[in-house]
Amino acid sequence: MERIGVLALQGDFERHIKALEKVGASALEIRKAGDLDETTGLIIPGGESTTVSKLLRRYGLDRAIKERFEAGSLAIYGTCMGVIIVSREVRDYPELVRFGFLDIEVERNSYGPQVESFEAPVRVDAGGGPVVFNAVFIRAPRIVSAGPEVRILARYEDYPVLVSQGLCLGGTFHPELTDDGGIHSLFIESFAKKAKRRPA
Amino acid sequence: MEEKGTLRVKVGLAEMLKGGVIMDVTTAEQAKIAEDAGAVSVMALERVPSDIRAQGGVARMADIDIILAIKKAVSIPVMAKVRIGHFAEAQILEAVGVDFIDESEVLTPADESFHIDKFAFNVPFVCGARDLGEALRRIGEGAAMIRTKGEAGSGNIVEAVRHMRSVMGSIRKITQLPDEELMAEAKNLGAPYELVRYVKQNGKLPVPNFAAGGIATPADASLMMQLGAESVFVGSGIFKSEDPASRAKAIVDATTHYKDPKVLAEVSRGLKQAMPGLDIAKIDGKDLLQTRGW
Repeated sequence: MERIGVLALQGDFERHIKALEKVGASALEIRKAGDLDETTGLIIPGGESTTVSKLLRRYGLDRAIKERFEAGSLAIYGTCMGVIIVSREVRDYPELVRFGFLDIEVERNSYGPQVESFEAPVRVDAGGGPVVFNAVFIRAPRIVSAGPEVRILARYEDYPVLVSQGLCLGGTFHPELTDDGGIHSLFIESFAKKAKRRPA
Repeated sequence: MEEKGTLRVKVGLAEMLKGGVIMDVTTAEQAKIAEDAGAVSVMALERVPSDIRAQGGVARMADIDIILAIKKAVSIPVMAKVRIGHFAEAQILEAVGVDFIDESEVLTPADESFHIDKFAFNVPFVCGARDLGEALRRIGEGAAMIRTKGEAGSGNIVEAVRHMRSVMGSIRKITQLPDEELMAEAKNLGAPYELVRYVKQNGKLPVPNFAAGGIATPADASLMMQLGAESVFVGSGIFKSEDPASRAKAIVDATTHYKDPKVLAEVSRGLKQAMPGLDIAKIDGKDLLQTRGW
């Protein structure tokens, strides 16, 4: 069984844990660097990027995640806030943690206040033909530009909403708020299983 | 194709705030201090609850200019309070783009019989509750988040503990009931039957369940999280303490690491004075805020 960590500093980590368990993975909460041992995947959930940036730095988790990802032993899936944290550039907020695992520029809270949050069907094509997902966007960021190495798996209107590069998957919407585990399965099968196992 | 203001979208924002601290602020400067300390959201209001308690008078929705100044100062979601039943205040807050509305007993109630129909809005609402029946009545009216009422502005955690234990205890009890007893339980609680069934099947409320009312220290935050809260609201506890920035940061850390006493011990050091507290038994019954609303 694949062991997937969910960053549990703040945000909707519990919903991701339920979604992972539903598709047959073993899920655990990550609050400190040591918690990452034996995981092959890490989900960075939705939450507040200013809060989580501070907590990542306070407890040295930012360095631990970066080391594991760069060694090829940890796949990462960032949703909403998570995609901000794994991006190369965040418009107007240079102080946030940015791992640069995805060569994208994002704009935070790009659709406006909560009354502009929405759900809409999007077509995701990860190679096996398009599949429609009900995508929930909560004060969502927008991916405003993507480099040549970035693969675009789904768009909404004119903007990418699910992208990948190497072992990193990133999306601006929240599959964990629906009952459809398809994107969590995709992360496990096509990303986490490709991460190098660390010697026990 | 695109749908706004659905229950899923409203509850979605409440989910994003889990494991965090929502702080009461009265100025843009305080909002910035709260954001810098790691708050997930700020609650904009004119006076913090302990001042409302001390000064008396009618407490209303905050001045719109203050709310707009706070919205401009921070990037985290901004909440604001309306009086119980005052749907016109809520319409105004929705129009200015507040992210969450607290229909709150801390303000002077506008309607002693009816709470707001929260399904009529695209903006999500949080409401206070003392027990499971009250929580489910508010969810039945469309609330996307529940918080304990506690006793706001008291700096005393005892009422929040009572309310959280009551909600969690009733949930545990319902999960043990046979199906044929659920209707009678709904009648006893004064709660919608469908929501009582949901609680039995899922062992939890259908919306996030946060703590509020009397939290003043990192240990208070940890206590409420260990009792089942999914986030904490801190009202007077931060800006009525001696060193708000350090205390705010410590309560944020305590909420994330609520199960780790070593971290709690570390963050509890060097905080200077907490806000002065009140003995609930010495508050006159008519001055209790928690008995407002039903």
